Formats: sequence, structure tokens, C-alpha cells
Amino acid sequence: MIEFSKEAKAKADQIIGRYPQGKQKSAMLPLLHLAQSEFDGWLSPEVMDYVASLMAVKPIEVYEVATFYSMFNTKPVGKCLLEVCQTSSCWLRGSNEIVDHIRRKLNIEVGETSADGMFTLKTVECLGSCGTAPMLQCGADFHENLTVEKVDALIDELKNKKERSSYLKSLVLNS
Amino acid sequence: MGRKLLLEHINEPGIQTFEVYRKKGGYSSVEKALKTMKPDDVTEEVKKSGLRGRGGAGFPAGMKWSFIDKKSEKPRYLVCNADESEPGTFKDRYLMEKIPHILIEGMITSSYALGAKTSYIYIRGEYMYIVRILEKAIEEAYANGFLGKNILGTDYSLDLYVHPGAGAYICGEETALLESLEGKRGNPRLKPPFPAIAGLYACPTVVNNVETIAAVVPIINMGGDEYSKIGVGKSTGTKLISASGHINKPGVYEIELGLPVEEFIFSEEYCGGIWKDRRMKAVVAGGSSVPILPANLILTTAKGEPRLMTYESLADGGFATGTMLGSGGFIVLDETASIVENLYTFARFYHHESCGQCSPCREGTGWMEKILHRLQNGHGKKEDIDILVDVAKKIEGNTICPLGDAAAWPVASAVRHFRKEFEEAALVHAHKELVA
Repeated sequence: MIEFSKEAKAKADQIIGRYPQGKQKSAMLPLLHLAQSEFDGWLSPEVMDYVASLMAVKPIEVYEVATFYSMFNTKPVGKCLLEVCQTSSCWLRGSNEIVDHIRRKLNIEVGETSADGMFTLKTVECLGSCGTAPMLQCGADFHENLTVEKVDALIDELKNKKERSSYLKSLVLNS
Repeated sequence: MGRKLLLEHINEPGIQTFEVYRKKGGYSSVEKALKTMKPDDVTEEVKKSGLRGRGGAGFPAGMKWSFIDKKSEKPRYLVCNADESEPGTFKDRYLMEKIPHILIEGMITSSYALGAKTSYIYIRGEYMYIVRILEKAIEEAYANGFLGKNILGTDYSLDLYVHPGAGAYICGEETALLESLEGKRGNPRLKPPFPAIAGLYACPTVVNNVETIAAVVPIINMGGDEYSKIGVGKSTGTKLISASGHINKPGVYEIELGLPVEEFIFSEEYCGGIWKDRRMKAVVAGGSSVPILPANLILTTAKGEPRLMTYESLADGGFATGTMLGSGGFIVLDETASIVENLYTFARFYHHESCGQCSPCREGTGWMEKILHRLQNGHGKKEDIDILVDVAKKIEGNTICPLGDAAAWPVASAVRHFRKEFEEAALVHAHKELVA
């Protein structure tokens, strides 16, 4: 039986309280973020069923939402999801080279996870970092004005940390 | 040096904190509004200011507020659209990160005008680190009596929350945003009814962009009439421009509307000219959705007049020779950039971001991406160019929301102004066939 930690459950209750009585379904996206952060970076059917129970909605209502938004992973991902922006401004400043470099360095294609389970490479659309292009996002962190050298340093740093990156990463849970 | 109304204190150490922001005159618009003005007076000042929606559509903000259903006994809501996802646009992120209290202040003053007791900031999920910045600013505002019950001892109370999205450009469309805020897929609603009549939870709601709401602060402080004196004609006030691409100084700039485009691109105060001493080839002036213009047409109108950074001047010539100010996402392409490949990145974006509700957009954006992928990889044919334009025409105007139009306009304009490049891309295929 899947369940939030005591801290996450308290946070979930607080989130649900932000919306009017009877409108607890509004908590859907924040709760899915919380769940993804708590349960290994992805949303399994069991996790989604649990989130549905917290809002007293049908599981299908969670499934249809989780599969719509690009930040939710419905399959397992590596500990560090490297999301490289490839839209116009990043492309103009060399995002293709960054993607190619990561592919070669980690020996994976876009959408794949490295053999050690550490990295998943994903290309994404505009992340609002056009003035500091090219960029990639890993968890909540934006890594900007990228060069091949900066990417190498980042990958080494993440490898040494061995931590799972999360969009929330102590930002919201500790509030 | 133009006036700075939003970014005046941006470099002040500690401006992120309530204490420093307050010392610099922060929250005075809340004091003025709640203590000396009726809610309708605040709306009137915004109307007088001529402020137009800064998210892209440019609709008069005060007029939008006045549509709110005042006869309804339902609760009213103000929802801030911080789902900034238009390629080339990053001004809201900058504002929220550097000076979050100006948004919180604007939210309080605007919520008072609308009679909202609960308001939400819907921020794109990828900006999760800014969620914490905003939540901290909100905590400080509560602690100092600017949020919560009986603000500043008046009988006005307001609760304000941050709501993260989860990665969907379509949620920047106001009705899709409201669907998302209700915990659903971000599928735009048919309008009417407009949100002012039936918005969040079917209650009267106003949805405004971050910059629009922040601009309410100087408007109330200086008065609508004074604000309207800045700018040119119906383009009043200042505008945040996100500058990116092949320029020397990418970044967010606050300009007085009416600044010549040439000055914006080439002066050291702003973009600092084209990088690597190259020549400018084209500009996308208002985010990915607006028509792309070649260098000569972005600097001067077809009539030969200098192009200004205003809604009207950028639109001069219609879609034949003009473009739009849009969200102010200003992307500059140098002489080495491939228009075909740049357009492909846009087409891929719109295909990825189409919500899938309307067939013309769901299918058409995919077809456009495929055709452009063919062309830029040397597998396209000359007839693909006309098919591409035809598909764009069949999407435009045939969808529930403007995403379809946004996907079509860059295509039509790119082919119109740079057809030769598309033909050259198609020639690669013809050459391959000949050789084979």
C-alpha cells in the first residue's frame, strides 16, 4: 500500500486547503508533483490511484491529467532527468550540439536512460531561458549559457552526488 | 535612457525581501487603493492608463476588468497567468525572480478592484524554483498585514496562493489555464461565456498576465492619466521585452513603448547589435506566434517609416509586411541562420503543445512539422512548400483557441518573405534524384 510520508501528507492536506470546499480536485497538479517527488520521480498506476483517493476523485481523472502534462513521467526515469531545451532561441545558440554531446558522453539516445540508471536524456520545448541559451533543466535547477565543458562538469557533479533530482527539491516541501 | 516603472529597483540589493521592497516605496499602491479609493476607482485608473494586456493579446486591461459580472452573487477570482511558455519570452520569469513583491502588490491592488477574496498565481511548473520565491514573498506580505483578514485595518480581506502547472503551453490560454486550475487537462473552453461571466468554478474571473498585474502598481501610484502620457498613441506605458538569439546582449529590457526598433536592436543600452559582427537576417518580434519579418521590414514599414516598438507600428502593413508586438519575445536571427530550420523548431513546438481537442490543429500542426522536417533534411519537394502554406491556411481560424493561428502565422510569413530558402531546401532533394 503506497502512502505519503507524514511530512508529505501534511503538505498535501495544506495544498488541498487552498481551494474552496468541494473543489479539492484543483489540487491535482500540485499533488501529482508531490507524488512524483516522493515516489522515485514517476507516477505509477498505484501512485495515481493513491493521489485520486486523496482528492476523492476517480482514478481515471488522475490518469487523464497525468498523461497530458509533459512534466509528469508515467514510466520510470533515471535519477537525473536532463531536459534540454531545443526551441528557437536555444537552437540558434547551439542546443543541437549540446544534445549530441550528451548522447555521446552518456552513450544514450534521446528518451533513453544510461546503463547505471543515473541519467535520462529528454529534449523539451521552450523553458523560458531564451536570454541565457542554450540551457537544460535538471530537477528544479536551470543550467544556462551551456557549453560542452559546462555540461561535462554538471554531469560529473551529478554523478558524484548520486541523488535523485526533483522539481520540488526542498523548495515546496519545506515551505 | 527610458523610464523604468517595473525594473527601477531591480539591482537594489535585497529587493526580493519585503523590508527592502517596502523601503523603496513598495506596497504604496495597496495603501492608496484600500484607504483612499473605491474598487471601481481603481478600475477607472487602469482604464485611463490605456494599459493593454502584456501577455500577448494586447486587450485593454481596464475594459477586461469592467466585464466582470457584478450582479453575480458568486465569489469573484483574479488569476494571474504566470504560465509564460511562448518561445522567446522570459520577462515574467525575470520579474518574479528578481522583484516578486511587485507582483504580489499588483495582485492585492487588482483583487481589491475586482472584489476578489481569493486569488491564484498560476505559474508554469518548470519555474518551480520561483514558486518558492513567490511563496516566501506571500508569507512576508501576510506577516506584514498586506494579505489575510482586514488588510491594513480595512474591511477588505484576501488570500493569495501559488498554483504550479505541469508543462503545457496551452495553459497560457486563459480558459485552458482555468481548466488546469480546476484539476483537469488544459483544454480551452468555447467562448462565450467569457471568464468574466463564468471563469474559475463557473464564477466571475479575470485572468491577467504577470506584467499586466505588476503594471497596476505604478498606474495606481502615478495615476492613470500620467501613465498614459508614456508611450505613443494607444501603446501606453512601458513594456518588458525579452531579447534573445543572435545579439550581443540578450536579456530582459524595460522600454518605453515607441522606442525605434533600430535603436532597440543596435544601441548599447539594449541588445548591443548583432553578435560576431554579422548582419541581421530576420526578427521574430513578439514571441513565436507572430509573423517573422526580414531585416528591412523590421526596421522600416513598407511605407518607409521607421518601425517603432508599439502595437500599431509593428502591425503596420498587416500580415503582408507587418507583424505583432505580442508578448515582446524578440528573437533575432543573423545571416547564417536557416529560416527553414528555425521554422521547423516552431512547428515541432506547436505540434508538441497542441492540446489535441480540435482536428485542424491536432493534425495540421503534425503535418506542418513533418513537411518542414522533410524540407530541412533535404527530402522535401518543391510542391511541399505550397502544401505547407495550404495546411497553415486550413488551421487558421478553424480552432477553438488561438494556438492554431499561432502555429499558422509563422509558417505563412516565413514562406512569404523567404520563399527562396524553402525552394533551395527542396532543390537538394531534386538534385539527389538527378544524381540517383
